[in-house]
Amino acid sequence: MKAVRALVLTGFGINCQDELAAAYRLAGAEADIVHFNEWLAGTVSLRGYDVLNFPGGFSFGDDLGAGKALANKMRFCRLAGGRTLLDEIAAHLAGGGFVLGVCNGFQILVKTGLLPNVGGNFDQEVSLIVNDSGKFEDRWCRCWAEQPALSPFLNGIDVLALPVRHKEGKLVIRDAAIRAAIRERGLCALRYCDAAGQIATDYPALPNGAEMSCAALTDPTGRVLGMMPHPEAFLSIYNHPDWARRREAAGGNEEGEGLRLFLNVVDHIRRNRP
Amino acid sequence: MISLHHIACTWNPELPDARCASLRRRAERHLGLRLKGLKHVSVYTVRAALDAAQLARLAREGLSDAVAQRVGIDRLPDGCDGFASFVLVGKLPGTTDDEGLSAQRTLHDLLGVPFAPAPQEIFSADLYLFADALDAATLRRLAEEELGNPLVNQFAFGPFADFAWPVPEAEPEGAPVVETVALDIADEALDALSRARLLSLDRAEMKAVQAYFRDPQVQARRRAAGLPAEPTDGELEIVAQTWSEHCKHKEFNALIHFTDRETGREETIDSLFKTYIRASTEEIARRLEAAGNNWLVKVFNDNAGVVRVDRDRLFVFKVETHNSPSALDPFGGAITGILGNNRDPLGTGRGGATLLFNTDVLCFGSPDSTEPLLPGQLHPRRVFAGVRQGIEEGGNKSGVPTINGAIAFDPRYAGKPLVYCGTGGILADNYGGKPAWEKEIAPGDLVVLAGGRTGKDGIHGATFSSLGLDKHSPRSAVQIGSPITQKMLSDFLEVACRRGLVKCATDDGAGGLSSSIGELAPLAGGAEIWLEKVPLKYPGLQPWEIFLSESQERMTLVATEEAAPALAKLAQLYEVEATIIGRFTDTGLLEVSHAGRPLAQLDLDFLHDGVPRKRLEAEWARPAAPGPASTETLDFTDVLKRLLASDDICSREAVIRQYDHEVKGRTVIKPLMGPGGLAPQDAGVIRLGFDDWRGIAVACGLAPRVGDLDAYASSACAFDEAVRQIVSVGGQLPEPDKLGASTFWCANDNFCVPDSVYDAENNPDGRYKLAQLVRMCQALADLARAYHVPMTSGKDSMKNDFRAAGKKISVPPTVLYSVAAAIPDVRKTVTSEIKEAGDGIYLLGRTRDEFGASSFQRLFGAPGGRAPAVRPEEALPLYYRTMAAHRAGWIRSSHDLSDGGLAVALAEIAFGTGLGLDVDVGSVAASVEGGGASDAPRRRLAALFAESPSRFVVSVKPEHRARFEDWMGGQALRIGATTAEPRLRISAEGRRLVGGPVAELERAWGKELLA
Repeated sequence: MKAVRALVLTGFGINCQDELAAAYRLAGAEADIVHFNEWLAGTVSLRGYDVLNFPGGFSFGDDLGAGKALANKMRFCRLAGGRTLLDEIAAHLAGGGFVLGVCNGFQILVKTGLLPNVGGNFDQEVSLIVNDSGKFEDRWCRCWAEQPALSPFLNGIDVLALPVRHKEGKLVIRDAAIRAAIRERGLCALRYCDAAGQIATDYPALPNGAEMSCAALTDPTGRVLGMMPHPEAFLSIYNHPDWARRREAAGGNEEGEGLRLFLNVVDHIRRNRP
Repeated sequence: MISLHHIACTWNPELPDARCASLRRRAERHLGLRLKGLKHVSVYTVRAALDAAQLARLAREGLSDAVAQRVGIDRLPDGCDGFASFVLVGKLPGTTDDEGLSAQRTLHDLLGVPFAPAPQEIFSADLYLFADALDAATLRRLAEEELGNPLVNQFAFGPFADFAWPVPEAEPEGAPVVETVALDIADEALDALSRARLLSLDRAEMKAVQAYFRDPQVQARRRAAGLPAEPTDGELEIVAQTWSEHCKHKEFNALIHFTDRETGREETIDSLFKTYIRASTEEIARRLEAAGNNWLVKVFNDNAGVVRVDRDRLFVFKVETHNSPSALDPFGGAITGILGNNRDPLGTGRGGATLLFNTDVLCFGSPDSTEPLLPGQLHPRRVFAGVRQGIEEGGNKSGVPTINGAIAFDPRYAGKPLVYCGTGGILADNYGGKPAWEKEIAPGDLVVLAGGRTGKDGIHGATFSSLGLDKHSPRSAVQIGSPITQKMLSDFLEVACRRGLVKCATDDGAGGLSSSIGELAPLAGGAEIWLEKVPLKYPGLQPWEIFLSESQERMTLVATEEAAPALAKLAQLYEVEATIIGRFTDTGLLEVSHAGRPLAQLDLDFLHDGVPRKRLEAEWARPAAPGPASTETLDFTDVLKRLLASDDICSREAVIRQYDHEVKGRTVIKPLMGPGGLAPQDAGVIRLGFDDWRGIAVACGLAPRVGDLDAYASSACAFDEAVRQIVSVGGQLPEPDKLGASTFWCANDNFCVPDSVYDAENNPDGRYKLAQLVRMCQALADLARAYHVPMTSGKDSMKNDFRAAGKKISVPPTVLYSVAAAIPDVRKTVTSEIKEAGDGIYLLGRTRDEFGASSFQRLFGAPGGRAPAVRPEEALPLYYRTMAAHRAGWIRSSHDLSDGGLAVALAEIAFGTGLGLDVDVGSVAASVEGGGASDAPRRRLAALFAESPSRFVVSVKPEHRARFEDWMGGQALRIGATTAEPRLRISAEGRRLVGGPVAELERAWGKELLA
């Protein structure tokens, strides 16, 4: 059977490419780490890849707002044939491919108009702005997944513990129509919740003040997923701050909860191969 | 046609503006100012040839957020009226402007042209609008103290009606000039010359330079090369930089006449570095060699020390300080500190190590200080806030996790803070069969300058940090880092080195090209540099400035002529500027020219070996220590809460959470752990791979206040602290009879001391200060040998004094040990917090009546009492036993005892666990030496709060207790058990000393250090 293949972008301040590639490899897929300019120069294309990945980091230092300068590149820069990178992604999606953006990757997808893309025209409909705390924070939070999940990454997931590590993760929505569409079409894929599993409304369980306590968005097709928490940072139980006790409770299972997302998508792609 | 436009963006009014909220908090807390209406606007000044459509697209699509922001083109966005006053904060000309450059990138992407960083076309600024009609003095304070720093920013402020768009200053002009400096002058004139040109050379050194230029052979060669008989400005600057204390470590290499008044002995120490630091490491290397297992690969003679992880991998580790720059501009000083230190592992051997982690240890004056500030001195709170932010941006934006560190406070750090930045990385054993740790250069190889462009920033950094600070300290020594520039450079370098395109790499840090070329040239036998090739940020730099500039994010690479085209192509793909600026030779000379005109021709031998040896005096007499404070009627619960809330012990969570400590996805022990993510940990532990359980533990030790009693003890305590923190998480020290099976340990020593050169007028206690340094080095050597933990790299910073208005603030002599060790299996490491009710609690290690410089003693304002002493003959047997207990898996949690002693450690291991502790310290009190029954209160006090080193508090599961107790014997005192009820109870022989809910202790501990 043909291997599931993931393309993981890097360069320009992206810095979580290694762990994201490791996530796919641990889940049984192949992963290639590719510099953004190799894609732009046409030496690497999306053809043959099942999942295009935008890892976390600080692309261009987040100087114009998180992810903005790289999003501009995706909309402005043209490949030799005249198509933008955004056009390339649209073709990748139309061909059945998936896109994942984590943290800075999510911010890039939002500012490129790939998420939530309710209107289907890649207009920016939401934004991710500075946390209510005004601070970058690295803290573990809990996320509740909407089920049935639109995105195969989240198939069958109930609650996840994951770290957030960002300064600009507060989701704001352009208008009531977009808000309604997100709600009605189940595009808010993950929501921050408290220890009891209730949707979080207060800091720090809600780490950034996001509307709808939203931690992740999918597009209406479920093929694009963007999330602030880092699933690739919880591939092993030893990533968790309480790993010592969790290990005992898990009866020796050393897998991290974040790995499940990648096992899910790899499994989904394999089962749906023509 | 080029025209000037302004694009202004602001958040939609219904959205919160976190930046304004933060300013409001700080204005109230620091200036007592309650601000009403407040608005922030990002201003981009665009100086480019754009049509209206392009400008509109740049503004609406490129620079503003279509959902969350409003934008104005050549006008303020809607909703900016009704304000009464403003402050505009821009960058001084030539200062790093990353926001401007990123905007420029977007512009070039939009225009479909390749990105060019120069000339600068977009300039960023921040505009703050205030509803209050604030007077000029208030606006100035807001601008200079809360919104920027006059050393890096320019400001405009006033009534809103006076607001005008910023206009970028014209670029400086001027033809390149090589100046000749008269050196055939009287001795007094030499002193004046050294001062006037900030050379930081003393008379003997100036005379050595004078003698060199008088040498007839030198003169003949200079004539032939078209150079004047007297030195050029460039030559003097190169010598001053190379001979600076910062680069040459003249005091660590001096001949020291040491008198010990305690023993009456006198001796001459031939270099502290050779006698103590290098000798102890060499001895350990010999022992490892004899055991057939020398994991020391390269020590002291590269940018970072190198040890062996396994056949394929090496570990490189370096710690630096950035004290002087952080005193002037805390943000810039810290961010360039961390980025600069990152370049050391990157520039070790052939280069291209993968960075693994950062550590940060910071020493500040009290954030609540009410002492009046001296001219040029920044409030410790501002220093703390700026440094913290610099580390956040430097570390986070580079994608390097900050996994360990410390913050210490003392009023003596209020003049110069100490900012220690450490970085560990993994280097491949070889690139295509060539050892990766070796630097190899042949005549004919090319000099390639890669990374950021060169500007006037940081000129004189090396010489200036070798002086004390005063209000005349040069502005040009301040720089702002650009993490994105460096990230792109390091991404490129990793790949270039792996492909074998680079023969060696080194950092351009203090001293700039002068330092990097000066260090590399002897490997080939000479070098010639063509300064006109160096890409500049802006025109107007003099040739000597280009060579001495300390512009950040630059590295010097060496490539063969054959590899150069492939290297250039790769650099283009990574959008890194990599320019050939010279060639290595075998002439024995450093030759520098600008457009064919010679600037310098210096013998490498003279440059590197011509500096006269310093002779210094040191005299040790033990300071009289005040006795311990009276502690008759204390409420110990209250004392514990006060300790937990003290600046030195209270929670660092607010700081720690702003550092990413788990990017790379491999951090196993982070600074705060446990179910609540609250319990402070000892060493940081990180895995090496995703399918590999091997890892590295890293810890930091410092004990500056102990030095008020005994400098030897201070250094020994610091060393022991760093080592025991690694033992605490399960690290395995090399045991003398098992060296053949040992895995690596390595330490960086970083001494930060006040001016220790005796001067009757300016430094009358200089002999004592130098004696303190001698004793600190003696402890280093003794402990390193005893523990088998070698120094592999380090750095000293010798002039940590701040002088102004006839006053001097000098740091206490401070040594930081940063220790790293291999962890064969990270799954066997242990965190500090207790895990389950019913586990046994044990104290390991001997408690003595050692209160000297303790946190407890400080609550009562006196440093008195006995200094804590490290006793390797006691500590090591305990450590070796404890290591075996870790290997057996009997230890379920372990925390080392440090500030605040046992009582504080017991509180900390309960934080965030939902559990409690019931402990009786009667057996500990009984074990404290000295006195009879009448001393029982004193012994109980020692049990709770004494700070004897080499101790741990551990928990053990019931089923392991018997075997653990058998194995540890008298080394472990069983003092109690964990409880399901979250209370801390401490008694002594049934008598309650401390009692209360853990949540109350957490609250006391959880105070926020910064607004």
